[in-house]
Amino acid sequence: MPFLPPLSRALCLLLCLLGGAGLAACGAKPADPVPPLQLAVRGDAALGLRLITQYQCGTCHAIPDVPAARGVNGPSLQAFGKRSYIAGRVPNFPDALAQWLVSPASLVPDTAMPSMGVSPEEARHMAAYLGQLK
Amino acid sequence: MSSPLPQQLQSVLAPAGEAADRIGSLSWVLIIGSLLIFVFVMVLLALAIGRRKGGRTVHTRLWVLGGGVAFPVVVLTALLAWSTARTPGWMERPPPGALVVGITAHMWWWEMRYRDPASGQEVVLANELHLPAGRPVWLGLSSPNVIHSFWVPALGGKMDMVPGRVVHLMVQVDQPGSWRGQCAEYCGEQHARMALHVVAHPPAEFDAWLAAQAKPAAASGAALLEEGKNVFLAQRCNACHTVRGVAEEGKLGPDLTHVGSRLYLGAGTLLNQPGAMAHWIAHTQAVKPGARMPSSSDMDAQALAALAAWLEQLK
Repeated sequence: MPFLPPLSRALCLLLCLLGGAGLAACGAKPADPVPPLQLAVRGDAALGLRLITQYQCGTCHAIPDVPAARGVNGPSLQAFGKRSYIAGRVPNFPDALAQWLVSPASLVPDTAMPSMGVSPEEARHMAAYLGQLK
Repeated sequence: MSSPLPQQLQSVLAPAGEAADRIGSLSWVLIIGSLLIFVFVMVLLALAIGRRKGGRTVHTRLWVLGGGVAFPVVVLTALLAWSTARTPGWMERPPPGALVVGITAHMWWWEMRYRDPASGQEVVLANELHLPAGRPVWLGLSSPNVIHSFWVPALGGKMDMVPGRVVHLMVQVDQPGSWRGQCAEYCGEQHARMALHVVAHPPAEFDAWLAAQAKPAAASGAALLEEGKNVFLAQRCNACHTVRGVAEEGKLGPDLTHVGSRLYLGAGTLLNQPGAMAHWIAHTQAVKPGARMPSSSDMDAQALAALAAWLEQLK
C-alpha cells in the first residue's frame, strides 16, 4: 500500500492482527468444564461427613451438618466448596485438599492446623464432602 | 522436685545476677542523678523568683555556656563512657563451661531445648527455664513466626527474638531462687499471657533435674491413669503435643512429657494446682482466647478427669 502514510499502514497491520486473533479464539475447542486436577478425586461425601465427625474437625472449625462443630480456632468451613484457596494459599482443588487433610504443614509450613492422622483414602472422602459445601 | 514460686513480682530493681545488677545500678544512678539535677534547678528557680530588684546578678553567658553546654556535655559524656564500659561484649560462641539453652518463642509460649549430658540428646521442654546457680548460661534465642522479646528482669536486659536469626544472651544467677519473665515485644492476641518462669537450682540439684526431664514419661500403673493416656491418644492430643515414650510426632504445641512438674500451665497463665489441668483443657479459649489450642468442652467428664489426672502425674 504505497499510497498510505506510515501511521495508517501501522494501523492497518494492527487491525489485521486483532482480527486474526479473534478468529483463532472462535475456532478453539471449548475449555474442559472439569479441571484435570479434579478428576483424580472421587470420594464418597456421606462417608466424608462421618470421617470429619470422627476426626473432631469441629473442635477447631464450625462446619454445617457436623454435630457439635462450633470451634473457633480455625476458620468456618461453611461453603468451603466455593472457596478459591485452602488456608488462603493453595488453590482449592480436591487433590490438593486431600493432601492438605493428610498433612497440612506439607503445603503451608507455618500452619497452625495439625496432621490428625488422616489416611490418603479417608482424605479423599473428606475432600469430597467439603467440596460439595456450596 | 518441687520448686518454690517466685516470691516477688518481676522487677529491674531486684537483680539476681551480674547482668541484671549492671542495669539495676545504671537505673539507680539515672534516678538519683536526675532527681539531684531536678532539685538543683528548682532551687535556682526559687532563688530567681525571690530575687530582690537591684540584687547581685549572674552573667547570662555563664548560664548559657556553663549550664546549657558544659554541664550536659560533661554529665552525658561521663554517663556514656560509664554505661559503655559496663555493656557486655558480643561473643562469637559460648564461653567454655557455659550451659547452652536454646529458647524458641512461639505464639504464645516458650520452647526450651537442653542438651542431656548423659545421652547427648536434645531435651525439649516448655515455659520454664531451669538454671544452675553460679554457672554462666548462654541462651540462644530465636523465633519461627513474629518478633518476640525475651525479658526476665532479674536476669538481665531484654533481647529481641527475630525470625530467622539466633541471637544470644549471657545470664548468670548467684543464688537459687525463682523469677518471672515475659515477652516484651507485642506479638499478637495473647502477648500478655506469654510469660515464663526461671528456676535456679544448686548445681547438683540442677543435674538431677535435667536427668529427670530427659527421661521419657513414666509408665502409669493405675487404671485411671491408663485410661487418661488412652484418652490423650483417642482425642488426638498427640497431633500437637509430644509425650516422650507415648507419642512423639506432635511438634506444634509444648512438649508435655513432664508437664506435671511445671509451676504454671499455658505459659504462666494458670498456676498448676489441682483442678487447673482439667480447667485448662476444657476451657482453653476462655482462659487464653486466641490460643492455638481448642477448648475440649465436649469431652465427657469422666474422660476429662482421667486425662487431667494422667497429665498431672507426668512429673
